[in-house]
Amino acid sequence: MERLKVDLCGIEMDNPVIPASGTFGYGYEFAELYDINVLGTFSFKGTTKEPRFGNPTPRIAECTSGMINAVGLQNPGVEKVIGTELPKLKKCFHKPVMANVSGFAIDDYAYTCALLDKEEQVGWLEVNVSCPNVHGGGMSFGTNPEAAAAVTRAVKAVTTKPVIVKLSPNVTDIVSIAKACEEAGADGISLINTLLGMRIDLKTRKPVIANTMGGFSGPAIFPVAVRMVYQVAHAVNIPVVGMGGVSTAEDVLEMMMAGAKAVEVGAQNLVDPFVCKNIIENLPAVMDKYGIKTLKELAL
Amino acid sequence: MKVSMFTIRENTALTKNVYRMVLEGDVSEITRPGTFVNIRLSGLYLRRPISVNDTDETTLTIIYKVVGKGTGQMAAMTAGEELEVMTGLGNGYDTAVSGDHPLLLGGGVGVPPLYKLAKELIAQGKKVSVVLGFNTADEVFCEEEFKAIGCDTVVATADGSYGVKGFVTDALPEEYTYFYTCGPEPMLKAVYKTTTTSGQFSFEERMGCGFGACMGCSCHTVTGYKRICKDGPVLVKEEILWNA
Repeated sequence: MERLKVDLCGIEMDNPVIPASGTFGYGYEFAELYDINVLGTFSFKGTTKEPRFGNPTPRIAECTSGMINAVGLQNPGVEKVIGTELPKLKKCFHKPVMANVSGFAIDDYAYTCALLDKEEQVGWLEVNVSCPNVHGGGMSFGTNPEAAAAVTRAVKAVTTKPVIVKLSPNVTDIVSIAKACEEAGADGISLINTLLGMRIDLKTRKPVIANTMGGFSGPAIFPVAVRMVYQVAHAVNIPVVGMGGVSTAEDVLEMMMAGAKAVEVGAQNLVDPFVCKNIIENLPAVMDKYGIKTLKELAL
Repeated sequence: MKVSMFTIRENTALTKNVYRMVLEGDVSEITRPGTFVNIRLSGLYLRRPISVNDTDETTLTIIYKVVGKGTGQMAAMTAGEELEVMTGLGNGYDTAVSGDHPLLLGGGVGVPPLYKLAKELIAQGKKVSVVLGFNTADEVFCEEEFKAIGCDTVVATADGSYGVKGFVTDALPEEYTYFYTCGPEPMLKAVYKTTTTSGQFSFEERMGCGFGACMGCSCHTVTGYKRICKDGPVLVKEEILWNA
């Protein structure tokens, strides 16, 4: 459907809906439920240079209208992702996919991105400088403009694919970090990653999450996400992918009105695995209701 | 895996905080015993994973303990109300390897999934021994159900107020060809140490999605990491690595 099409860093997408990294695996669990080719694309599970088991369990805590996770970038490592996961992904998904990359040193990011750059199906590299669940990595790059810019430059040097830097909301001035990434050559910005959160079990008087804190996501964070997307989209001249608590077609439109070119859906996939398919199906009717002819007309 | 609406046909208390709920709906995805369903509840963000106690052509029976908000909400529901249920989750128990005299060991709210398993093993013509463990006499449930289908059934209570005094491991029969177990982790560890054959353990973990997408419930095993919700909840004895 023409009216749902959007452009993200020079790649046309059938619609703006993108399941967010870490909530969609490598796609094949969801492909058992519906044809995932209806999606704009999806961002696959965060990939690192080395295999990672991640954090001890419990890794999940429920919250009002949301959840906290502290998975800690569990993944089989980039070589195995390319050797084992991408061939399986290719069987059920036939569009450019977004490769999500994380690291613990600038060289890690460059190494992983250089390998993924050679994969034909990878359309975009989403560089996560914002994982709150690992020590000494991830978010530490995303909370400092110089470090975020350094990661961006290192990745840009090894790839010709569009590089989208995924930012953390756990900062005082997200605009300065977004601008630093833009100046360092980023082709796009995605935000927001999870908000650092914590729950305590009244019975045990101890944190619910084994790692004490984790990333808070779900509909509860949507207003924070809209605000930050708005701030960043009005400060940079590269495309912004909005995410954070999106669970309906109305939320997608609101994110786009805040300045997002495309929209990621995260936690909601875990409680309603059909949510992205339903959003895409509902978008035309909701657009009609608000007099929106095409999504491209919402562009800033 | 399937997501569909079920209608509550029955929701009755078996003990002061354990309930049996019979739900009518599409049970086509529920095949092996030891699998689970994930129930969406109004006002709560995450679904509630509950083991399958029994199924027939049109109904699903679950037995759950009230431990918090979600199960509390379920206990207050009545016949005719609807629930959105994700069915066909987890690997379940493999009955093919049981030999002719399997032993089933259940503790507390770990007892329910063993019932569908027992029914299948009996239907395969096997002699089934069952040991059910509870803390006290007033917590005992399901004993009659196992006896009614022909299982040699023993109950153990920790305080000795009913049946054998002690834990399930204090009431093991002398002979069995294989075992299947589900219960709290300290019980599973004791079963692991005490049993003399191979067997299958069903584990519990806090889950995000319940279908393998979020990596919220991963554990280490001898053969690498596994997701309790998708690659489990049943692990075979030889692959288990206990947490320190």
